[in-house]
Amino acid sequence: MTITAPELEKTIYTRPESLTSVQTHYCPGCTHGVAHRLVAEVLDEMGLREKTVGVASVGCSVFAYNYFEVDFVQAPHGRAPAMATGVKRVLPDRTVFTYQGDGDMASIGMGEIVAAAARGENITVIFINNANYGMTGGQMAPTTLPGQKTTSSPNGRDVETQGYPVRAAELLATLEGTSYSVRRSLHDPKGIRNAKRAIRTAFEVQQRGLGFSMVELLSICPTNWGMSAINAMHWIEEKMIPFYPLGDYKVHPMLAEVKI
Amino acid sequence: MQNEIIIAGFGGQGVLFAGQLLAYAAMDEGKEVTWIPSYGPEMRGGTANCTVVIADEEIGSPLVRNPKAVLVMNLPSLDKYEPLVKEGGVLVLNSSMVPRGVARKDITVVLVPANEIAEELGDRRMANMVMLGGLLAHLEVLPVKAIEKALKDHLPARHQKLLPANIEAIQRGSKF
Amino acid sequence: MAKELLKGNVAIAEAAIRAGLQAYFGYPITPQTELLEWMSARMPELGRAFVQAESELGAINMVYGAACTGARVMTSSSSPGVSLMMEGISYIAGTELPAVIVDVMRGGPGLGNIAPAQADYNQIVHGGGHGDYNLLVLAPSSVQEAVDLTVLAFDLAEKYRTIVVVLLDGSLGQMMEPAELPPMKPLKTAYPEWAARGEPGDSRRVLSSIYLDPPAEEVANVRILNRWKEVEANEVRYKEYMLEDAKIAVVGFGTSGRVALSAARAARAEGIPVGLLRPVTLNPFPNKQIERLAETVDSILVVEMNAGQMLEDVLRDVKGRVPVEFFARVGGIVPLPDEILNEIRRMASQPLSTTGHPRDRWLKRMPQIMA
Ligand SMILES: Cc1ncc(C[n+]2csc(CCOP(=O)(O)OP(=O)(O)O)c2C)c(N)n1
Ligand code: SF4
Repeated sequence: MTITAPELEKTIYTRPESLTSVQTHYCPGCTHGVAHRLVAEVLDEMGLREKTVGVASVGCSVFAYNYFEVDFVQAPHGRAPAMATGVKRVLPDRTVFTYQGDGDMASIGMGEIVAAAARGENITVIFINNANYGMTGGQMAPTTLPGQKTTSSPNGRDVETQGYPVRAAELLATLEGTSYSVRRSLHDPKGIRNAKRAIRTAFEVQQRGLGFSMVELLSICPTNWGMSAINAMHWIEEKMIPFYPLGDYKVHPMLAEVKI
Repeated sequence: MQNEIIIAGFGGQGVLFAGQLLAYAAMDEGKEVTWIPSYGPEMRGGTANCTVVIADEEIGSPLVRNPKAVLVMNLPSLDKYEPLVKEGGVLVLNSSMVPRGVARKDITVVLVPANEIAEELGDRRMANMVMLGGLLAHLEVLPVKAIEKALKDHLPARHQKLLPANIEAIQRGSKF
Repeated sequence: MAKELLKGNVAIAEAAIRAGLQAYFGYPITPQTELLEWMSARMPELGRAFVQAESELGAINMVYGAACTGARVMTSSSSPGVSLMMEGISYIAGTELPAVIVDVMRGGPGLGNIAPAQADYNQIVHGGGHGDYNLLVLAPSSVQEAVDLTVLAFDLAEKYRTIVVVLLDGSLGQMMEPAELPPMKPLKTAYPEWAARGEPGDSRRVLSSIYLDPPAEEVANVRILNRWKEVEANEVRYKEYMLEDAKIAVVGFGTSGRVALSAARAARAEGIPVGLLRPVTLNPFPNKQIERLAETVDSILVVEMNAGQMLEDVLRDVKGRVPVEFFARVGGIVPLPDEILNEIRRMASQPLSTTGHPRDRWLKRMPQIMA
């Protein structure tokens, strides 16, 4: 029996339409790229590509607008939820999401994110927790673990003087206006699959007009952690997950009927 | 008297450190000196360069369009800097990294197989030192001894055991 | 003390520490971050206060609080971060407190880029915050000068109960030069009578910028202005190069000033009599010196890394007495000596216009300059 070539070829992996076909500037191994892909796949699957406005933040993902094939605006450091509010209030039938790092969202932008969630703003927030400030060269972030060395906590984060890390998913879950607040991780295939399901759910929340949704993604920064990508994945598993447990911190009851 | 030297290559080739060594040596020799790096996101794995100006009087601009000498560690840097070297200046080329020759006839071109030499000496990362040797042999700016002393003083402690090899790298480079 | 090869940002940080800095508050931003990182290692080691704030907004208000205690305090940032500090700056000025701010300028407006620029001139020199106040602005052009002016900044801040800004651009922050650091000063132990320190037995002190009663606010405004007049009378600083017999004067501060120095020397080598005036204090501005220049030279060239923010101050002093020309690279580009030399040659060889605005003439030349 001979097998003809076309039968051998089965496309199992293509670029989502919601991603542009350019090479990203992210460091080799960095999971910002994975997070981008998951968001793009979800936008494709939900047919939202042409009805979406993204809001880029300030951090390594500042150039996200180059990678998503959707309209994009770019916010000042930390202000993406406010800008997203502006867009959403004018265009309530569009899908609006922000993509923010931990310095951006949980430090300088803590006011805006809490206020947007408290208002029940009908936007989706993709929150990348990589335990440091990537873009500026690895300084301490609000998510930096106790004892973790960074370029601005050279002796390890000392909680006595530098405080404790912020658990954003738990924090935002306490607010009435939040409909969906969960934490996932990008460190292994199972985690990535779960992350995608959560991102899908978050956008479903927005589609149904249920209010504020946020997905926190534990993400690696091999460059500033000074590790190979593989070791960085292990580091998430060994160090980050015990401190930042994966899970659902708030899920709107109406999501029970959403099957993903 | 003023000399301007640009050192250019990929990040990770020790381009910035080579420039700093020149600056330390110039300072120790009592000269005026400035060292200025390219900085920014492009440093992540991309190209890196620094400009070192060494002079006898207060230095004006730390950046110049037409440097007296250029140390080129990769092809993009050759494309960029070959046309810019001052007439009569020096271009030291890491021939292990760059597949093409140099067209200009009005400058001194020094071809140094810096990677090969560095590997022979035990560590490819010393290619920058070989290149420095190549420069000092053709540009009267600092004595080789001054660089060796700067190396001794400023090589990070964890690399001090590589000092003799680094000094040999400079000396090997200066034979070209 | 011997000279060391120091990066501008690090040199400023260490100079501040040696000048008796007691508390530092900051937030990472390129091209200033090395300053914060140096503080994060050194201040705790010395038992002094260091906080990486949640934002520049946090940082400037931490400075506000610490300044109320009479301590030597400082923050540092770069253009977008400094924009965010403007509210706090106005409050600190309104409360008449000493503080030091380092602004390592980068390209803008908005997020812009991280390359060197001088486009914060207006927001720093002419006030970006609300109300009538002045910041004392020091503009170094070398690492040594950055060290010296940082030390001076603390003394001037306390002497005049004012904010002093050390204003430099990203290239000076990133550049290494030999510089001599000052010896370590002991921390201060005596505090001014206005400081709110919760000292047992002391009379009560209240520090605020609120004067609900307009006549009271007027009194405060006049007091602040009178103090500023003293600054204007005593603290003007500038540096002159080759001006004795100059027919063309270049005016530039910080990095543009030192690039212009190279150009001026090259022009001299061609026989063109050029000199340079480099303002070191941008506020107070060396108005008298510029006025005097307008009487001694045939023309003036202003060089900046912004679209002519200082130019307006020079024009105000020159009052049309001699032609003024303008040259700049903007958006994060550092001018090169040969570009400025070309301008000098042009001025030396062509009749100059006194009609229209120098910025408009420069803007017309920009397409060729950018090509
Ligand atoms: C007002 C203001 N302050 C500071 C900065 C400098 N800055 C740029 S990116 C960044 C940190 C980003 O870190 P994070 O949000 O954790 O994202 P990551 O780079 O790690 O993805 C900072 C502080 C800025 N651009 N604007
Ligand atoms: S610095 Fe870190 S977060 Fe930024 S692209 Fe590189 S690995 Fe990713």
